[in-house]
Amino acid sequence: MIRSEVIQSIAPVIRDHLVVCNIGLPSQELFMHDDQPSNFYMLGTMGLASSIGLGLALSQKAKVVAIDGDGSILTNLGTLPTIANNPADNFVLLIIDNGSYGSTGDQPTYAGRKTSLAKVAEACGCENVFECPAEETAKVLEQALGSDRMTIIVSKCKSGNVPVDVIELDPVVIAHRFREEVARRNS
Amino acid sequence: MTKTSPDVSVRIVESLAANHVEFITTVPCKQLAGVIDLVDKDDRFRHVPSNKEDEGMGLCAGAWLGGKRPAIIMQNTAIGVTINALATLIQYYHIPLPMLISYRGEVGEKVACQVEMALHTKALLQELAIPTYHFHQQQDTDELNGILNHCFMAKKPVAVLMDAGFWSAAR
Ligand SMILES: [Mg+2]
Repeated sequence: MIRSEVIQSIAPVIRDHLVVCNIGLPSQELFMHDDQPSNFYMLGTMGLASSIGLGLALSQKAKVVAIDGDGSILTNLGTLPTIANNPADNFVLLIIDNGSYGSTGDQPTYAGRKTSLAKVAEACGCENVFECPAEETAKVLEQALGSDRMTIIVSKCKSGNVPVDVIELDPVVIAHRFREEVARRNS
Repeated sequence: MTKTSPDVSVRIVESLAANHVEFITTVPCKQLAGVIDLVDKDDRFRHVPSNKEDEGMGLCAGAWLGGKRPAIIMQNTAIGVTINALATLIQYYHIPLPMLISYRGEVGEKVACQVEMALHTKALLQELAIPTYHFHQQQDTDELNGILNHCFMAKKPVAVLMDAGFWSAAR
């Protein structure tokens, strides 16, 4: 499975939850497969999906899934100690690890070489860290969302991309409809 | 300075609370230590220290999306590492973000290297079209309530630069 297929496979699992999705192809793929007002698409700012997801989870009650990538986590590695030390049991961080910078032409990341993001997360103090093959992502994610415990999932998938259009939604529209959805779910 | 003046750190924290700020992230600076300590002990705020200021801006964006008013407390050297987060996240999505910034490298500074980023601080903020307020004296704190209100009205990042004169006047 490549990332696009992982995102397609988890769409039914995350549809009813708040989702913060990483910049570039992951957001474009999620938008293509299953656009929802409960999806926050990052149009810029590589690396901050997990930080936005944690801030969101700590600030309201609904469950939050942050979809991040291996390259983006490496860009903002300081996020893992912050997540570990400020646990939010309504937060699941899903790192789709294809071992490459997919949105920029599949250049290899260190996560595809010697660095284990699952072990890094554990060393940072994160509990409930699960590494799984791509095919099991939806099942593991469903269990994590049902566990009411903050969970980090590293989904190991193949590198590769499918053609996908850019998102033409205005950023202010994305934020506005998302905030309304958050308010509705917390009312 | 009169001895009856309320402590400036307390006044900053009270302004944040009065403006319904509930989520605060911080990266430490010696000058801000008193404010950060008060924020950390105050149940009116969720305090999440961050490891780098752009990470902190991500946390603040998430808090805003979650319905909470955020603020970031940091040093002016951080302007250099947050320009992308400011332009493509905070400004692009119209997220209000008060930035309470210790303005290192101004008159009274003891560390020469701090002067180097001080030289660029206002120019960078101006280039980003970020409303910027410079606190030099203790009574400048009187303006903070209005500045915070303005920030959340306009849904923009706003910078409050607090220099060495401001902090020493408060001592
Ligand atoms: Mg990748």
